Amino acid sequence: MSILILAEQHDGELAAGTAHVVAAARAIGGDIDVLVAGEGVDAVAQAAAGLDGVSRVRVADDAVYAHQLAEPLAELLVALADDYTHVLAASSTTGKNVLPRLAALRDVAQISDILEVVGADTFKRPIYAGNAIATVRSSDPLKVITVRTTAFDAVADGGSAAIEPVSAEVSNPSSRFVGEELAQSDRPELGSAKIVISGGRGMGSGDNFKLLDGIADKLGAAIGASRAAVDAGFVPNDMQVGQTGKIVAPELYIAVGISGAIQHLAGMKDSKVIVAINKDEDAPIFQVADYGLVGDLFEILPALEQKL
Amino acid sequence: MKVLVAVKRVIDYNVKIRVKPDHSDVDLTNVKMAMNPFCEIAVEEAVRLKEQGVASEIVAVTVGPKAAQEQLRTALALGADRAIHVETEARVESLAVAKLLKAVVDEEQPDLVILGKQAIDTDNNQTGQMLAALTGMPQGTFASKVDVKEGSVDVTREIDGGLQTVALTLPAVVTTDLRLNEPRYAKLPDIMKAKKKPLESKTPEALGVSVESGLELLGVETPAERKGGVKVGSVDELVEKLKTEAKVL
Ligand SMILES: Cc1cc2nc3c(=O)[nH]c(=O)nc-3n(C[C@H](O)[C@H](O)[C@H](O)COP(=O)(O)OP(=O)(O)OC[C@H]3O[C@@H](n4cnc5c(N)ncnc54)[C@H](O)[C@@H]3O)c2cc1C
Ligand SMILES: Cc1cc2nc3c(=O)[nH]c(=O)nc-3n(C[C@H](O)[C@H](O)[C@H](O)COP(=O)(O)OP(=O)(O)OC[C@H]3O[C@@H](n4cnc5c(N)ncnc54)[C@H](O)[C@@H]3O)c2cc1C
Repeated sequence: MSILILAEQHDGELAAGTAHVVAAARAIGGDIDVLVAGEGVDAVAQAAAGLDGVSRVRVADDAVYAHQLAEPLAELLVALADDYTHVLAASSTTGKNVLPRLAALRDVAQISDILEVVGADTFKRPIYAGNAIATVRSSDPLKVITVRTTAFDAVADGGSAAIEPVSAEVSNPSSRFVGEELAQSDRPELGSAKIVISGGRGMGSGDNFKLLDGIADKLGAAIGASRAAVDAGFVPNDMQVGQTGKIVAPELYIAVGISGAIQHLAGMKDSKVIVAINKDEDAPIFQVADYGLVGDLFEILPALEQKL
Repeated sequence: MKVLVAVKRVIDYNVKIRVKPDHSDVDLTNVKMAMNPFCEIAVEEAVRLKEQGVASEIVAVTVGPKAAQEQLRTALALGADRAIHVETEARVESLAVAKLLKAVVDEEQPDLVILGKQAIDTDNNQTGQMLAALTGMPQGTFASKVDVKEGSVDVTREIDGGLQTVALTLPAVVTTDLRLNEPRYAKLPDIMKAKKKPLESKTPEALGVSVESGLELLGVETPAERKGGVKVGSVDELVEKLKTEAKVL
């Protein structure tokens, strides 16, 4: 078996997700290469070479890969895929954008968001917002897979893989990067934070989300939100947790003013400990919460911040 | 400009699903079905483009069993001009759906194809990207804004770090995210009118597409249930329990 992983990048650095994808690759077994594609990606390549279990880092450094557009990345992967039995990526917005395109160009299925490696060709994945887990087996010659990073423990650092450039002629006449509005935050990434505190419609306004800031500062937590809070414009889209937002599984998840719709639960119910703060004692969120506190969040949050 | 919209019949998003006792699949007998919410957003976007005079014709397409015609009628009631039903009772995976949609694209030659970003049953999030690859079109996935220009379209995408805008040459594929628009409801007179709009049926065989897949569903299980815990009486008690019992602080 030989596996190629598409490295995930974040602000010119290797994103935390890639170390989890390497763990999934190790569960499959075989040689593991990491592909780093982008413009000016030396630091990313160095970091990838340090991941335990990686045998080789292949670097495609070219302006055509800047901003990780799907069309050129898929074309590059198609050119490299002959050498591999599996191509893996995190099920991030990049992985989800690029890998189906690769799969279609190679005329194979793509397996989304795997939770468990049963064997080299058999995987478990969530369907119906995580309310059922399907086991699927692929007979395709190339397995193209996105990995739910929260389901695999990250591999450690300590490797020293070789770094080699790849040369492939890739052009991209059909799509062009126009601009980006990236959220600036000193807080940990939602997907890898040990503690997440999320606010819902009950927060009432974007301004009130400040009530979560002080608590997040004290706990070193990331801040998330329900879809209702994002739709209402309280906070930006990158904070949405759920079936169609981000999947998190921290040590501690604190849901504030969130009712607990199945689409929200799909994004956080694998958290180790769940705390719910809600004024409605019948809110469904309490059915999954380890600790529930019934009451008005506008009284509870300041008290909680003080107590920490 | 012609717009093709793909809609999928799925379980209603409010329904709590059950796994069959023999674990072969999810039990869909007698459950309420509906148009995939992301496809509703796709139809709405096409209708708005037509209302703005950007689109001249909207064609809705679905792949699925006979009953999926209900969702095509909904699309017609919402404003699509005609519909194409690719009828199959088979389990059709994303790649096969994308191949069937490509065959329809080859016949219809749309300038823009709009799909949902994911179907809420299989949660695959693949079909639009695969269709784009097979047709050689550029793709604007997870769209929260679509701005059609002369010969191109600007798509603002919801990505993990925030928002990204790309310019795509037409024809192009767009997949919808939740915040692209708020779909309208179909009005009764429009539902009546939709019954008379043209709906054409095709088969995968006629389109020359094999729906076979390299993926086999071995079984389906229910995830471990999370049990509710305790209610605490105060912030003090909560912090105490998180420190000493759960040991997460
Ligand atoms: C296709 C689709 C995809 C979706 N994807 C997602 C997703 O990814 N993520 C997601 O979160 N949702 C998603 N949803 C939406 C989901 O169904 C719910 O509508 C949403 O999660 C509700 O958000 P909420 O809990 O913040 O709001 P509400 O359900 O309105 O709940 C607000 C809660 O706040 C409490 N509250 C109000 N005021 C106070 C107060 N002062 N003190 C304490 N508590 C208070 C109320 O008791 C209530 O329980 C999706 C829906 C669809 C159809
Ligand atoms: C009759 C029938 C029964 C099935 N039964 C099961 C089952 O019990 N369990 C199971 O796991 N799978 C089942 N499938 C397979 C599953 O529906 C396919 O995996 C699916 O059609 C492929 O799309 P997706 O949901 O993965 O798409 P995604 O990539 O998640 O969907 C994205 C978008 O693609 C478009 N799209 C997707 N599918 C269609 C379609 N069929 N027609 C038009 N547009 C579409 C829509 O715009 C959608 O919003 C069945 C399929 C059919 C037709």
